[in-house]
Amino acid sequence: MSDAIRAFFSRLRAIFLKSRLDDDFSEELAAHLDLLAAENEKTGITPQEARRLALLRLGGRERTRELHREERGLPFLEVLGQDVRYAARTLRRDYSFALFAILIVGLGVGASCTIFSVVNTLLIHSLPFRDPQRLVWVANHEDATGDMSAKTTQVDHFLDLREKNQSFADMAAYMAFYGIGDAKLIGDGEPERLTSVPVTQNFFSLLGIAPKMGRQFSADECKWKGPKAVILSDAIWRRRFAADPNIVGRTLPFDGGPVAVVGVLPASFDFGTIFAPGTRIDIFEPFPLSPETNKWGNTLSIVGRLKPGATVKSAQAEVTVLAKLDKQAHADRNDFDPMVYGLAEHVSGRLRPALFVLATAVGVVMLIVCANLSNLLLARGATRQKEIAIRAALGAGKRRLIRQMLTESLMLSCCGAVVGLVLALVGTRVLSHLSSVSIPLLGEVHIDASVMGFTLLIAVATGLIFGLVPALQVRDVKLYDTLKDSTRGSSQGRGHAWIRNALVISEIGLACVLLVGAGLLIRSFLRVLDVDMGFHPERAAAVRIDPSSSYKTQEQRNAYFTEALHRVLDVPGIEAAGLSDALPLGHNRSWGIAAKGVVYTPENYPNGFPRIISDGYFHAMGIPLKKGRDFSERDDKNTLAVIILNETCARNLWPGEDPIGKIVAEDVDRTVVGLVGDVHHMALEEGSGNEFYIPIRQIQDYGSVDLVVRTSMPTTELAGRLREALRPIEPDLPTQNLRTLQTLVDRAVSPRRFVVILLAGFAAFALVLASLGIYAVISYSVSQRTQEIGIRMALGASAEMLQKSILLQTLGLAGIGMTAGIAASWILARTLSGMLFGVTPGDPMTFAAMVVILAAVAGLAGYLPARRASRIEPMSALRTS
Amino acid sequence: MSPPLEMLKGTLDLMVLQTLAAMGALHGYGIARRIEQISGDAILLNQGTIYASLVRLQQRGLISSAWGSSDHNRRAKFYSITPRGSRRLAETAENWEQLSTVIARFFAPKEHRS
Repeated sequence: MSDAIRAFFSRLRAIFLKSRLDDDFSEELAAHLDLLAAENEKTGITPQEARRLALLRLGGRERTRELHREERGLPFLEVLGQDVRYAARTLRRDYSFALFAILIVGLGVGASCTIFSVVNTLLIHSLPFRDPQRLVWVANHEDATGDMSAKTTQVDHFLDLREKNQSFADMAAYMAFYGIGDAKLIGDGEPERLTSVPVTQNFFSLLGIAPKMGRQFSADECKWKGPKAVILSDAIWRRRFAADPNIVGRTLPFDGGPVAVVGVLPASFDFGTIFAPGTRIDIFEPFPLSPETNKWGNTLSIVGRLKPGATVKSAQAEVTVLAKLDKQAHADRNDFDPMVYGLAEHVSGRLRPALFVLATAVGVVMLIVCANLSNLLLARGATRQKEIAIRAALGAGKRRLIRQMLTESLMLSCCGAVVGLVLALVGTRVLSHLSSVSIPLLGEVHIDASVMGFTLLIAVATGLIFGLVPALQVRDVKLYDTLKDSTRGSSQGRGHAWIRNALVISEIGLACVLLVGAGLLIRSFLRVLDVDMGFHPERAAAVRIDPSSSYKTQEQRNAYFTEALHRVLDVPGIEAAGLSDALPLGHNRSWGIAAKGVVYTPENYPNGFPRIISDGYFHAMGIPLKKGRDFSERDDKNTLAVIILNETCARNLWPGEDPIGKIVAEDVDRTVVGLVGDVHHMALEEGSGNEFYIPIRQIQDYGSVDLVVRTSMPTTELAGRLREALRPIEPDLPTQNLRTLQTLVDRAVSPRRFVVILLAGFAAFALVLASLGIYAVISYSVSQRTQEIGIRMALGASAEMLQKSILLQTLGLAGIGMTAGIAASWILARTLSGMLFGVTPGDPMTFAAMVVILAAVAGLAGYLPARRASRIEPMSALRTS
Repeated sequence: MSPPLEMLKGTLDLMVLQTLAAMGALHGYGIARRIEQISGDAILLNQGTIYASLVRLQQRGLISSAWGSSDHNRRAKFYSITPRGSRRLAETAENWEQLSTVIARFFAPKEHRS
């Protein structure tokens, strides 16, 4: 061990043994002096003289002690310790101030940390897979619309690409058109619908996920009509099967036959949070890559793992060429135009602007917190000038005093950071349990080491920023003047008033920016909610009632549908009921739809969104029938093939003509019998495009059947009634998935709502802080001017005049702040434009509302001190001096 | 009498070590006296500075201390050199001799210089 390290540790030890070592040394010194004095006495002088000479020879007792201590301990730490103790004492004396400061730092740090942990999880952290930076997402076409059919890939294209490419170590896929609740578990407890995602055999191994129990799918299981197998997610294994350690090898009774459990995935893998935010995925089944599934058209979402050395760009170049060759060789296949994205970018790229806005917002909030505390400390500093002057007079250096002040502000900010960390813990817990918000990876948000580091950084930075101005004020303390002035702390210099005003102005300006940002997003949000969705979600609910596997033929299933609808409509309180294979705002697909007799090129062959529905669906959904008729029970495979179009589709196929009676080429030629309103089925912000409806009794191409009912019954009661009504034909109806249509809408707007709520919260906090800032500055200046006000009143100034002048001073500050704020907002609002809907970045309503709110708050914050000032008793004000 | 010599940095520590090596265990006062005597009172210490030096040496593990009683039956703290201290002293003394030879050459009479 080197000397320096040895010395450091014994110095550190010495700090803790301080009093013992001091006593020890006192005794040693006493012995030294005794010996020295005894020696001196031998020369024949008096004992007193001998002692005096001994002390001289030693060089003074205290000085020696000090020298000893400095050598023994760590002077830097000891001074720090003194400063901290002193600061703690001062803050305890002024605990209301300390509490207030800690609280606002805490709120600010809490907000910053929560947002940082979201940003950390979504943008900084890599995905929870092996070597995630080499994972890519291969979409078909641009990855921007909500139309799933246009983004997914046909099986044969996938097989060819996987075989021929040089860029990928491997490629895997899942079937994107799995339905929520597609797999019905019967028996073994309550019947329940589970959501199952069909995946290719190598899907988990490509991601680097190994089952924690059991195995992956075998090649045999991944064949068409191979042995049925399922892999469970950790969550369903715990919830439904009580974490049964012997689950692997058991068969589960699904509707459609028993299925063997071959594995259970680890808890760290959550498919939903990454690939389908806001949904819960329970189980996985093998997806066969066979000629049969190839016929299903575009079905696959592809994930690839790049070889070492390959990049997204090089892979893109290669797959573009391969896809082109493929298309030429197989004209019969669907279009294929693969686009390669980094998987992380695909998952969280869309959220980047929103997170950027939130991160900026918390940054602004922190600045306001700093400005506010700076101001408070300045006001305190002014009243503490005498204390500072006394300490300076007793020999404290300027440096030491500044250090003392900074220690105080750092202590405040660190205490605040602890409070903030607790708030952030709560905040992240809340966020990670928002299961219905469709933001990817939200469930993974938590406080980790980097968040802690960030908190520490924020705490120190804030402490230094808000402590700096008040600390530097120490330099200007005039010893003599301050000590002489016996009545008040001191008179406030012009320089300080300037700083304080500037701080308040910047607070107002920053609050202004936040208010405008929040205002614009709130207005957008309201506009989105205001969108005429084309259907009426209120008082409507849906539940899966797919015909069970015992209904084998189309006739049997059609009879089941008719029977089911009759039984449901007989339930009192149900106004309308209908069936659909695809509810709005969920997964989407597209099929070609052409006007009979028109020749299209492959490029402009029209596409549309198909819905397979029953009679009564439009009524239950609240979709208006504009022309013609609704489907009826008689529209089955023995009668005329019919179709109903939405207005956009009719307009696109036959501009300016009456579509009723026209014929379209779909699966078969179908006659248009009705025209209905457009529905926003992909997202509220997107238009509807071509939509068409095919009667469920004329086609078998549905993967799921939802019963939609219109009723004012609460869902709990409704579930029971439906189960009751359908029992004779469907004894195992799982009703856990009964959901109101409003929840679908809520989920669709959830990311927007998420951002709006957070931003509005920040803006409100900023507003409160800014008003506190104004209040503090004005009431401080009033208290400083008590004497002046007293004189003015004695000379005949009226209370109204005084109030007016103080209010004007306040509004003056607010006015300057708002002007700066409006200018800044005007520029910054442009960066929001991508997130706005139905409002422009310069929306006059928002700006006007912001001006009114800020002016009102500023007026109120100035009015209180003004009223106090006008009640000053002139005599008592003059007498205090 | 000329003013006491200015002490070179680290010199005091070396003197203390050497004193302890030569005399065995000694208390602070004894060490100070001994150094003054050896220097022929050319070095007059503020005797307090000896304690800073003792702390330094002890922290580096070069000396150890224990309470005992002096010749006059006065309780006092006695310091003694550790094996580590002896090793260090040997090394440093060698350095010191080399350095003082070099210094001596610098200050030697002029005719030897060229």
